Amino acid sequence: MKFRDRPLRLKLGIALMSISVVMILLICGAFFVHDYVLLGRNTVRRVATLGQLVARNCTDALAFQDPDAARELLGALAGEPHIVEAALYDQSGRLFAKFPAALADAAFPSHPAAATFQVGASEIEGFQPVVQKGRPLGSLYLRFDRSAIFRQWFADSAGIALLVMLGALGVALACSRAVQNRICGPIATLADTARQVAERNDYSVRAVKTSNDEFGLLTDTFNQMLTQIERLNADLERRVRERTAQLETANRELEAFSYSVSHDLRAPLRHVDGFSAMLRKHAETTLDEKGKRLLNTISDSAKRMGQLIDDLLAFSRISRSQLSHSDVDHDALVAAVIREGRHDNPALEWSVAPLSPVRADPAMLRQVWSNLIANAVKYSGKNPRPRITIGERDEGGERVFFVRDNGVGFDMAYADKLFGVFQRLHGPSEFEGTGIGLANVRRIVTRHGGRTWAEGKVGEGAAFYFSLPKATPTPSSSYDTAPLQPAANIAG
Amino acid sequence: MTPPPSNLRPILLAEDNPNDVELTLSALHSLNLANEIVVTKDGRDALDWLHSQGDYAGRPRPHPAVLLIDLKMPRIDGLEVLRQVRADPSTRTMAVVLLTSSREESDLVKGYALGANAYVVKPVAFEQFIAAVNQLGVFWALLNEPPPSQPLPPAAP
Repeated sequence: MKFRDRPLRLKLGIALMSISVVMILLICGAFFVHDYVLLGRNTVRRVATLGQLVARNCTDALAFQDPDAARELLGALAGEPHIVEAALYDQSGRLFAKFPAALADAAFPSHPAAATFQVGASEIEGFQPVVQKGRPLGSLYLRFDRSAIFRQWFADSAGIALLVMLGALGVALACSRAVQNRICGPIATLADTARQVAERNDYSVRAVKTSNDEFGLLTDTFNQMLTQIERLNADLERRVRERTAQLETANRELEAFSYSVSHDLRAPLRHVDGFSAMLRKHAETTLDEKGKRLLNTISDSAKRMGQLIDDLLAFSRISRSQLSHSDVDHDALVAAVIREGRHDNPALEWSVAPLSPVRADPAMLRQVWSNLIANAVKYSGKNPRPRITIGERDEGGERVFFVRDNGVGFDMAYADKLFGVFQRLHGPSEFEGTGIGLANVRRIVTRHGGRTWAEGKVGEGAAFYFSLPKATPTPSSSYDTAPLQPAANIAG
Repeated sequence: MTPPPSNLRPILLAEDNPNDVELTLSALHSLNLANEIVVTKDGRDALDWLHSQGDYAGRPRPHPAVLLIDLKMPRIDGLEVLRQVRADPSTRTMAVVLLTSSREESDLVKGYALGANAYVVKPVAFEQFIAAVNQLGVFWALLNEPPPSQPLPPAAP
């Protein structure tokens, strides 16, 4: 997980702790440097003081040229563990006495230098003049090992520093906790509330306001939004309930209507056709040609109206029946439709591209293809070299399928009328049909969340397209709200 | 008493519309069947005839070859006749054909659920209608062998 995706509380804690650690390290570092410098100065002063003390004690030994007394005096330096070497030089610069006594003369400076102490990496060495009442008697050499002092100082200081750092870190941790709680608490509470709202779709919960700062403002605004959403939601639900009730009523009425059409409108038509047939039979010998033609017209009209009623009922069934989606093998479906259509024109040339599988109601989708293919066959039948192309295009969020033919085509001015109920661009004498097929296609495709359109040119053929969304459409309600085409269209 | 063979059994036509009665009878008569064809104007009369009661009281209980019943009739409709026929042990095994103008799915489902032997949608075109009724007549009056164990209790008073 990236750092920026970690919880706010952790990020804030890490930030606060980092700052604290850096500050503590800086402060400890500064103290260390200061202490180190101070330690150096103090040590030099200590050596110098020691030098002065020893030098004063040695005045008599030098004045009376008593090397034994000088050696004894220097030997007392063994009590000072950090003194590594000490030597006494007389007025002429000759080594007069040395400590430790066993060390070779060569180990000591051959003659005294200027009266000062030099600070080396681990040692301090230098000379202290031995003076009696303003008269110089010689020089004292001291070599002091400061590394042990340094080590001791370092061990003490580091221990203290560690303790201070731990203590400071503890305090920093406690402070950052407090800050975290102060800052993250309200944010976490707000986030929790938001999650509750999102997960349970419960808009009745409210975030608790704990302060009057920006968080308080945020909480107030959030709660106001919840109130608004709750109100809108309730309003929406009420309206959906109302609409659903209206739709259910409308649907019941529509069902009663189509039931009635189905039962009652067809019976008289059957009688018209039946009795005109019986009349034709009854008056076979007395009827002249005109009489027979008139009877045939009555009969044909009755049959046609019967067909129209059947088509209209089928169309309304498409709107009312529940869609049952499943995965459809598009290639197999189209192949079956072509095969079962028994399009026996040997000149007819098919070009069928592979089609993507889709999720749809298989029976309904079959009707779409069946209608489009039957149309293509019908309207290309008068071309000596009829050709039908079936294919697919990928257009962003949807798949577009098409059936193209090189038949009689149509005038684009009427492209939109094609999909209306009982809309036809040709008379029944040219091409048979009632004009319900494309209306069914549009209704089915619309119910699947897709679109339908057509392109064509008179004499050059036509192409019919329908799209299906790539994502599975949400299950459609059994109540289709799309109204029937206006009455004017039906009459047309 | 053994039931008569199916070509001597009556055919019941329950149909409220006189025009439909005339067309159906015309089609059946063209077959020259020997069977008597009884017409009742609704489901109530059809049940009375079946049980020899009401207007048909006192007649012997009929053993129809088939009941041709219209779905939509006044008083008692076709589906209710079918339900009562199937509910009564004495008529339970009778052949019942629902004749109707409707291709409504709900009617089909209900008809078969109640135990209809066949469901025939009357075609609008006269030639097809004649053909359909002829086939029904031939099948049920001549071809079909009725159930031998059709119970025939004595006629109810």
